[in-house]
Amino acid sequence: MSMELDVFVGNTTIIDEEVYQLWLDGHSVSDAVRMRLESDALSECEASGEVLHSDTMDQYRTFQMCERLLHCPSKLANQLLFQIPAHRQAMLIERYYEFDHTFAREVLGKKLSKGTKKDLDDISLKTGVALKSCRRQFDNFKRVFKVVEELKGPLVENVQHHFLLSDSLARDYAAVVFFANSRFETGKRKLQYLSFQDFAFCAGQLISYWTVGAVDNMMEDMDVDLEKEFLHDLKDLKVLVNDKDMLDQHKSLVCYQLKGKIKAFSEMEANFKNLSRALINIASKLTNTKDVRDLFIDLVEKFIEPCRSDKWTVGDLTLFLTHYTSTAHTLEMFRFQILWERYMGVIKSCILKMYHD
Amino acid sequence: MPGKLKAKIVAGRHLPVMDRASDLTDAFVEVKFGNTTFKTDVYPKSLNPQWNSEWFKFEVDDEDLQDEPLQITVLDHDTYSANDAIGKVYIDIDPLLSSEAATVISGWFPIYDTIHGIRGEINVLVKVELFNDLNRFRQSSCGVKFFCTTSIPRCYRAVMVHGFVEELVVNEDPEYQWIDRIRTPRASNEARQRLISLMSGELQRKIGLKVLEMGGNAVVGYLQCFDLEGESGLVVRAIGTACTLDKLSNTYTPATAINPCNSSPSKDIKEAGFGEEAPGVPLSSGPPTPLRAQTFSSFSPSKSYSRQSSSSDTELSLTPKTGMGSGGSAGKEAGPLKALLRQQTQTALEQREFPFFTLTSFPPGFLLHVGGVVSARSVKLLDRIHNPDEPETRDAWWEEIRQEIKSHAKALGCHAVVGYSESTSICEEVCILSASGTAAILSSRFMQDIFIVLCLCVRFEDLMSPGCAFCHIPYDELNMPFPAQLTYCHCCRRYKVPDVLFTTIDLPTEANVTGKGCLIQARLCRTKKKAQGEGNATAISNLLPFLEYELHTQLMNKLKLRSMNALFGLRIQISVGENMLLGLASATGVYLTALPSPGGIQIAGKTPSDITYEQHISNMQKKINDTIAKNKELYEINPPDLVEEVIGSPIPEPRQRSRLFRSHSESSDEVSELDLSHGKKDAFVLEIDDTDAVEDIHSLLTDAPTPPGFYSCNTEIMPGIYNWTSALQMFTSVRVFRLSNVNLTNQGLNKVFNDLCENLLKSLYFKLRSMVPCCLCHVNFTVAVPEDELIQVRTPSTASITENEDQLQFPLELSAESSSNPLNSAKGKLSLFPFALLALFTLKTQDTPSVDYSSFTDRCSSWIEQLRLKAHTIRCGSIKTMSSLEKASPLPEGRSRSLRSNRSYAGSSVTVVKMTPLSFIPGTKIIKYLGIINMFFIRETTSLREEGGVSGFLHSFIAEVFAMVRAHVAALGGNAVVSYNMKECVFMENPNKNQAQCLINVSGDAVIFVRESELEATPPQPHSASAQTSSSGEGT
Repeated sequence: MSMELDVFVGNTTIIDEEVYQLWLDGHSVSDAVRMRLESDALSECEASGEVLHSDTMDQYRTFQMCERLLHCPSKLANQLLFQIPAHRQAMLIERYYEFDHTFAREVLGKKLSKGTKKDLDDISLKTGVALKSCRRQFDNFKRVFKVVEELKGPLVENVQHHFLLSDSLARDYAAVVFFANSRFETGKRKLQYLSFQDFAFCAGQLISYWTVGAVDNMMEDMDVDLEKEFLHDLKDLKVLVNDKDMLDQHKSLVCYQLKGKIKAFSEMEANFKNLSRALINIASKLTNTKDVRDLFIDLVEKFIEPCRSDKWTVGDLTLFLTHYTSTAHTLEMFRFQILWERYMGVIKSCILKMYHD
Repeated sequence: MPGKLKAKIVAGRHLPVMDRASDLTDAFVEVKFGNTTFKTDVYPKSLNPQWNSEWFKFEVDDEDLQDEPLQITVLDHDTYSANDAIGKVYIDIDPLLSSEAATVISGWFPIYDTIHGIRGEINVLVKVELFNDLNRFRQSSCGVKFFCTTSIPRCYRAVMVHGFVEELVVNEDPEYQWIDRIRTPRASNEARQRLISLMSGELQRKIGLKVLEMGGNAVVGYLQCFDLEGESGLVVRAIGTACTLDKLSNTYTPATAINPCNSSPSKDIKEAGFGEEAPGVPLSSGPPTPLRAQTFSSFSPSKSYSRQSSSSDTELSLTPKTGMGSGGSAGKEAGPLKALLRQQTQTALEQREFPFFTLTSFPPGFLLHVGGVVSARSVKLLDRIHNPDEPETRDAWWEEIRQEIKSHAKALGCHAVVGYSESTSICEEVCILSASGTAAILSSRFMQDIFIVLCLCVRFEDLMSPGCAFCHIPYDELNMPFPAQLTYCHCCRRYKVPDVLFTTIDLPTEANVTGKGCLIQARLCRTKKKAQGEGNATAISNLLPFLEYELHTQLMNKLKLRSMNALFGLRIQISVGENMLLGLASATGVYLTALPSPGGIQIAGKTPSDITYEQHISNMQKKINDTIAKNKELYEINPPDLVEEVIGSPIPEPRQRSRLFRSHSESSDEVSELDLSHGKKDAFVLEIDDTDAVEDIHSLLTDAPTPPGFYSCNTEIMPGIYNWTSALQMFTSVRVFRLSNVNLTNQGLNKVFNDLCENLLKSLYFKLRSMVPCCLCHVNFTVAVPEDELIQVRTPSTASITENEDQLQFPLELSAESSSNPLNSAKGKLSLFPFALLALFTLKTQDTPSVDYSSFTDRCSSWIEQLRLKAHTIRCGSIKTMSSLEKASPLPEGRSRSLRSNRSYAGSSVTVVKMTPLSFIPGTKIIKYLGIINMFFIRETTSLREEGGVSGFLHSFIAEVFAMVRAHVAALGGNAVVSYNMKECVFMENPNKNQAQCLINVSGDAVIFVRESELEATPPQPHSASAQTSSSGEGT
């Protein structure tokens, strides 16, 4: 004896958010039923396994049919097949495009290609995210990337407009797209301690200040690539370390400002030239695509690690970077004020974000 | 050449990719009507083509306009090979043919393909220019309005109810064994879709002609069904009630003022108007229309092997009655006046061949008394229909059944059958035809205006006993057609009522109900020997009476268990499979205040020797008693012993008078001696003498109670609940169950079937848990036993279709309040209309002094005197309200216009369309009926597994059907479908070939509704309209 066919269709499509999440998480029907049975929320309904199974099947089918539409969220609003209230549509879309940060951390900076897709089972094993869910998230990244890649205008707004996502989620996608496009190195062991949020923040900074769109409010170009000219100009900053006088002057100005204010003053004083040289070197090398990719690993190896070994506090670091940046303006011979500001602004906030255990 | 059809193809969107190379489509459109075809240009390389075509004009007969659908085919142009069809859209032109319905069809339609389902959408504009046709011998019936709604539609009033109309057309089924002939399934399914569309158009036209002939202008309660008889063909049949309807116009009051005597808005009387106690008498007489004796389809001797079995189920008749035809003498006593009246109306009705009405709820005052359920079934052997133009056999079959129903009604002392419906169940070449309805006595006021005075008398009686009159027995109590226990009505205490009442109609709005109602289902499954042809028919007809008897017992037991005394909306469905018969009866149980309270259930064992056995029985008895007590609490049924006195008190004066006048009535003196406790004396006794009975009782108790916050009923409104919100959710659920065990006993089968139904209900409650508190309304299960080629395994499958749900939210104490004091609620329901009408009516009698009073007794005339007095006071009242309302209604026209413009929502591109099987949407007002929706779809697949198996296939198909219905309604300018019904859902599969096919037929009325809260911003127009007409009526 078996149920051959069991279907429930509402004029207004009924969506159970809990089941939707289970589906998105890549659970099979039987797993979902088991989890629902165990959850407390439903215990008051006295639902039997049979009832839950039938309900879960219905919901899963609905989601599968909706999935095609979710791939192009703007279609969901003017399709006729499912009558779904607008706020539910928004929920469906938002949830569908939400992703696990642990998963995203693994994919970050990788090429969104078939090759990476093949590695998804490893990622699934490592992160504990179900393979099905990994695939969905990966495909989402790929889809968003493909649509947004060639579009003009601000990246975040493009994502938001085409996929009807919330602001914060759109920003996360912008980060993913940005990293995938520039292929930043994130996988090195030394970078493992950084979370997706850390990188997303940095990506946001880079998008906001270092891309073409950042200066030239949208119009011509796009947000995905860093501004070539700016990167080229960064070579000029070398003067700060190459000119012996300037370097000494800079050091004394910073030391003067920080004296008594930071705990790691002596270490700072001893290390100033190295640290400054590290930051300027990173800047001057950014013309090279390979070195752009290594931006984060360089920051960690050349700057963050030395600071950490000297036991700088975050407060120390903040004060140091603030004054390191500002005192450069008072150097008489230094002419690249705007360039310096643009570079250091981003570097400072990135370093501060990345400076943790 | 009386019509010009114009169509314009605007654009397409979301088209499928037809050219793999470019990932694009070169689409063009063919527009076909009749034999004329137009084409648009090819719009190259786009999935969102903008054709923006010229207007394609078809000059056609209006006959064709009614029969044919507009056929739109979207194709992909291919230079080298044949053009590929993307899909089709069929548009029914009918709504455009009536001046009052839609004027233009415009909107996005899903492009539908029988294999691929919905493939994109197309934007189409359709208009019709009709020329006046003065030809008396025309074959068309344009302008006759059709409504699926089984009550007078909300923005109309009935001037006249003409009666029963029926028609059937037959044809060869283009493809009845689809799975055997795999030529081009798509082509044959499309042919089939088109044919059925044509046939239903033709059917509607023919029915329309009959209506015109009767002098009507509309069909209400239109019920169209398909019989897929397989090899013997395809039958499309329809029944309905012909009416003359008048639109309740808010804007053109002068029009109604001209004809003041017609202003009887038979509207919903729920909106409280006045606070007076008596429901008024909405009495009007339509324009004098000659009553025609209808000659329906020809009678031809039914050929062949037909076994007939039938039974008339009335209240308490637990044994199928086959030999009761001698009821013609009913209505001889009970006061000469009443008898006279009855004879008069009876003759009026007897002039019709079938005094049947498909309506289930009526204008106030139309339904006088209800006798009980009458039903007839007959088992027939199908044979090929040789000449489709002469469908005599099928006609004769139905004729036979209807005659039987009529005679049953007569036996109950009734002259009419209301809530009438017909259905079939087909298995191979055996077909069970069923018809059922409720025997009733109707007021003649909607039929003929000669009997006004008689009506008046009856009306007056009813004034005495608001809300209980319909329960009073219509038959002769000394000469009862079946054994029944009669008691005096618990409301008025003057007339006899039966102890239980079964009906197929909705609960009359004026009825007094104690507590809440609930859904009651009886389910039964019986094995049957496999047989062929005549033997099979014999076996089935032998089984039928037992099946019905048991269903009845079950219903009765369950009713008692819930301590209720009446069933409304009773629907018994019997379906036949190769080796079993399934019976499913659903109804809404209520406690009618007028009827005696039901006794409990007592169990008696036959073998009292065994002690453990005794104990077992007493345990069971205890369980039953507990359940009854629990149910009483659950449904808030407080035996109204105390309330009893209160009920009578608000109307003491007229009652005294009536007693004076009605001294002939032997009953009136005994009022005080009514025995209220009688129920306890004769508890219903169940005897347990074998395992069968134990099983039965067990199944009685296994019905899971509805979870808290849920209510369910299968009628339009839930008795005892008055505070609805407008949130509603319609749904369809289908389940097919496969029995793997071949040799199941009756009990085993029963249990399986019972569990299936129970589980489905449980599932529904679970799914809708977020909507609590809510009420499942119109819960109608449909069972079928489809064929299966696997010989040893039969699939008794339950396709349960169209359960529907409406949400209501209310503070619980409020509802308790209204139900504990039924009188209050009855008061609240009274509205302004009845009063205005009463005044009008009296005027009418005054204007026609030629009415011969002398033929009646003194009593009669003094009644009239009294009524006049009463009318005087009421008239004053109505004038008052009229003036107050007049002040408040300065801008009716502007308002309605602004409402219309609201319809097209600026923000979202897709109009939200509500669907409901109810004839109304709670908390809203229907302001326009746009036409009937009657659609037929076939979907097939050759990749069943890939589409998610049978469930996935059907799920998407049903979703597609919903989408197409919504799109059509939106294109007509509507925002809801009421009286929605999925009448057919035939599913066939062949898993071995990875194929499946499904047919779905849906119907409903497209409407525009506005929320009452929106209406309240400006004065409620219907009120003002009727007040104005009443004032003008008094002027004449």
